[in-house]
Amino acid sequence: MNPVAAGPARVPGIEAIVIGASAGGVEALLTVFGELPSGFGLPIITVLHLPDERRSQLAEVFDRRVAMPVVEARDKEAIRPGTLYFAGPGYHLSVEHDHSLSLSQEDRVHHSRPAIDYLFESAADTYGPGLMAILLTGANHDGARGLAHVKQQGGTTVVQDPAEARVAVMPRAALALHTPDHILSLSRIGSLLASLEYSPC
Amino acid sequence: MDKSSDIELRLLIEAIYLKYSYDFRDYSGASVKRRVAHALRQFDCATISALQERVLHDPAAFMQLLQFLTIPVSEMFRDPSHFLAIRQEVVPLLKTYPSIKIWIAGCSTGEEVYSMAILLREEGLLERTIIYATDINPASLDKAKQGIFSLENVRAYTANYQQAGGQRSFADYYTAAYDYAIFDKTLRENVTFADHSLATDSVFSETQLISCRNVLIYFNKKLQDRAFGLFHESLCHRGFLVLGSKETLDFSAFGKQFEPLVKQERIYRKL
Repeated sequence: MNPVAAGPARVPGIEAIVIGASAGGVEALLTVFGELPSGFGLPIITVLHLPDERRSQLAEVFDRRVAMPVVEARDKEAIRPGTLYFAGPGYHLSVEHDHSLSLSQEDRVHHSRPAIDYLFESAADTYGPGLMAILLTGANHDGARGLAHVKQQGGTTVVQDPAEARVAVMPRAALALHTPDHILSLSRIGSLLASLEYSPC
Repeated sequence: MDKSSDIELRLLIEAIYLKYSYDFRDYSGASVKRRVAHALRQFDCATISALQERVLHDPAAFMQLLQFLTIPVSEMFRDPSHFLAIRQEVVPLLKTYPSIKIWIAGCSTGEEVYSMAILLREEGLLERTIIYATDINPASLDKAKQGIFSLENVRAYTANYQQAGGQRSFADYYTAAYDYAIFDKTLRENVTFADHSLATDSVFSETQLISCRNVLIYFNKKLQDRAFGLFHESLCHRGFLVLGSKETLDFSAFGKQFEPLVKQERIYRKL
């Protein structure tokens, strides 16, 4: 584990990034994605807990403020490089072995659907060491188990520094379950992502 | 990645197919894996192989496992705007048919069936409609046939019904008894409940409308295309296909053989 103060090291061989956030997540994600250069080449798949409304404006909100294409994840869609996907409300979002996305309506996890755990676990099963998973601010325990599974499958794990998180419950729950590769501030998470682009795959 | 658990999962699915003819081989993998993991805990089995041994030799255990493998998450008038669009855009066209056949594929515990029957009754069409309600899970079909739902859920359905353009009081359609709502049995007089698999069975009737909502998301593309093929074969010329709010023909080989009628509500017509 890198101490908080240390700069993020480059992580070679990352094929995809998954991010989970809950309470305070919109602002946190805007900070992280604000660091991304245009032409960022990796796919980023995000679960942000939302009230269960039929249509979410997330993709529209972020599309105006992020330098990469932003879309709501659709069932059976092939994951494209350089695209930011958001899980829509009311459905769990998973990654399939053929690198496509799938939706499902199993029971809620930690009162949430979409669940961060399900995205992280399925992405880890598909990408193994090629996955980077990032867990940010939030007021529940979703994502902790999924993050530990990412680590088990050889992936790289990042937790937002709880001291900085708007709501520290979710980062703390993750830290209680496993020791991540990085504990970082939002801006450092942003620079870590930006540095991935230059890594040879 | 062929990890041991992935191998075991494939073998379990294959064993179920060979022994019981239930075909989950082309279901979306991530969700099946989670449901089997959930079943492992409930069955108190340490490995998927142990679960496989149990269900292979004990049909009752398989029926139990089937309850985990299928997802009975449903509600009446789910996505009210969808039912409103059926009422406004589809019903006027359905009224031009002297008799109507409707197939509700993957009807689970019947919420979609009763919703459709109530809508058709209010539009004066139920008497000349036959509804085929099919599912692979016999326990779900039994529940659908009974038409008994928890009163707590029915309260939520009432709001859906009103938003969906319901014309009466929702309570007119059921009798409350203790914590349950027993739905008017005349709603299902023209409903045939039947065991049917979109993965292994073929078309059984010509239909004017097919509703298959939140079923196809559990299938991979290949199986989705098989289902779309069945629907295409069953539907009459210009027949209607209605899907769940996150399901689309966009990625299917059959996309060009249907046209959207109300795209936002996933209502399509056969070309």
